[in-house]
Amino acid sequence: MEQAVDTVREAPPSEPRWAERHPIAALFARRGAIGLVTLFVVSLVVFLATEVLPGNAAYAVLGHTATPARIKAIEDQLHLNRSIFDQYWSWISGVLTGNPGRSFANSQSVWSLVAPRLVNSAVLVAISGAIGTVLGLVLGAFAALRKDTWFDHLTSVVALAVTALPEFVVAIALIIVFSTVLLHLLPAVSLIPPGSYAWSRPELLVLPVATLVIVIVPYIMRMMRAAMIEALESDYVEMARLEGLRPWRVTFVHALPNAIAPAIQVVGLNFLYLAGGIVIVEDVFNFPGIGQGLVNAVSDRDIPTIQLIVVILAAFYVFVNIVTDVVALLASPRRRLGR
Amino acid sequence: MTSVLVPDSPSPAPAAVRTRRRRGSSTLARAARTRRGAIGLALVGIVVAIAVIGPFVAPYSPTAFVTSPFAAPSGSTLLGGDVLGRDVLSRVLAGGWLLLVMASAATVFGVVVGAAAGISAAYLRGSTDGLIMRSVDVILAFPSLVFVLLLVSIVGPKLWLITIAVGFVQAPPVARVLRSATLDLSERDYVKAVELQGMRPAKVMSSELLPNLVSPLMVELGLRLTYSIVIMAGLAFLGFGQPPPAPNWGYMIQENRIGLSSNPWAVIVPAALISVLTVGANTFTDAIARVVIGVERQGDDATLASTLGLGNLP
Repeated sequence: MEQAVDTVREAPPSEPRWAERHPIAALFARRGAIGLVTLFVVSLVVFLATEVLPGNAAYAVLGHTATPARIKAIEDQLHLNRSIFDQYWSWISGVLTGNPGRSFANSQSVWSLVAPRLVNSAVLVAISGAIGTVLGLVLGAFAALRKDTWFDHLTSVVALAVTALPEFVVAIALIIVFSTVLLHLLPAVSLIPPGSYAWSRPELLVLPVATLVIVIVPYIMRMMRAAMIEALESDYVEMARLEGLRPWRVTFVHALPNAIAPAIQVVGLNFLYLAGGIVIVEDVFNFPGIGQGLVNAVSDRDIPTIQLIVVILAAFYVFVNIVTDVVALLASPRRRLGR
Repeated sequence: MTSVLVPDSPSPAPAAVRTRRRRGSSTLARAARTRRGAIGLALVGIVVAIAVIGPFVAPYSPTAFVTSPFAAPSGSTLLGGDVLGRDVLSRVLAGGWLLLVMASAATVFGVVVGAAAGISAAYLRGSTDGLIMRSVDVILAFPSLVFVLLLVSIVGPKLWLITIAVGFVQAPPVARVLRSATLDLSERDYVKAVELQGMRPAKVMSSELLPNLVSPLMVELGLRLTYSIVIMAGLAFLGFGQPPPAPNWGYMIQENRIGLSSNPWAVIVPAALISVLTVGANTFTDAIARVVIGVERQGDDATLASTLGLGNLP
């Protein structure tokens, strides 16, 4: 959300006419262009970090077992003997055409390793994001309507505590309660065979989704509560009350829509958070997604896989940022005017 | 989101510099006197005491094999045995101090770099501002943990690299907060006055702007410390920390979870200590933020949330 403000503030004072007539389209175009540039720089950073900085990627892969022959083989595979521009070009064009190279770990095509994991992670993020958003908005609105009651105080203290808990602690706590020490209701690890998809065993999704939901709900709840309180105390809600509208109508038709706009940005941020949060949660539950794939790849120094997964996550980040800005803008008439 | 963190009472006269310097400690003292602040400080204090005194009072060596794997708690091993039959209590007592040292170092590094970048961007403006803030955008295009893993994949899980990497990913959000706080300050008359006297930009930033940014800096320090601990413990849990025989709360959870049904304490105790530490740090930070922006009404949660940088999740 800070990016949105920055862009508005840094916009040149005299925009072309087209942009004045279509402020939303102009914003979309500008954010899209910034996003593309950011992605380009991100791809450069990923490429340079993994292939050039350590002196030589071949040494990084082979470690102590480096022999001249093996180094030569890896260098040929990575085209390390070519110029840096050639290397970057052959890598990025491979990524963009769906042919990002072969894994160091087992020589399979990286894309065939990552694609099923990507689908599983997308399912995990989508379900957790959807449940977490609805739950957070409802709890936040409810806390605002019951402001200063025991429910409000309890949820705000719990939210403050939960926002500081590391994901793996939440995950382990759920495992202790539901699948090992206290109860034996759910599987502690997701034994989905590599290459098959998460929805084939829905019960394996329960604990990973629950962990991510618990971690994101407090943020959405706090933001929704604050926005709802602000809306409820505003003049137009007061006006609606004085006009004698029924309380439910005041709440749901007048206050709620105005509280949703600020909450949307937090929802977007939570999808961003989920992109990073899946790394640890997938590892805890042995869930075959790209987060676990990244951890394995870092342990194995499987550079082509690391590069592809990091670029995918960064692209998701940039995309969600743009969507969040635009949706927040559409949801809030005041913001459309700029400053 | 624009930051609201302007010092509560703007003191424009240069003569007030001396009193401004002391604002840092008085804010901390005021935060510690609130109920939230006292609770947060107590929680952090307990864990820090265990981590610091622990290594000296541990009954066994953290790497000695004294019982059977996942042995239940007994008179000689109060928390039972771990995956290799080492004493869980001794490993808990010895396994916290390095996490604290690394997280603190990363926090200081991240806040110093972020503050320097943010203040320079806001005060020098122009191309410096553009360059710094676009770099910030690029780093923020990665989830922090993913960026740290990317850096770790280069050289391997060296402790110095993890510390620098965790600090480095914390710098961008600090830079954003400090930039908007500085933008508000740099238009003040007292800044204009010293500029007219010909003070160099570096001196203006360090002796005029910085003392007035102590409040947002302290909130950021608390916040970044919490996230540093969360990220570091998470990295250790994933196996990117000290090499295995060394005790480490994060990795203890990972290596002992297969024995949860025999000796859950080997997992519960380190997990509880990490949680108490991060929850305590976060609660104290919340108290600092409330003192800084003078939150009395609960309805000011939105300002508080933005001050606490909820836009910058770990």
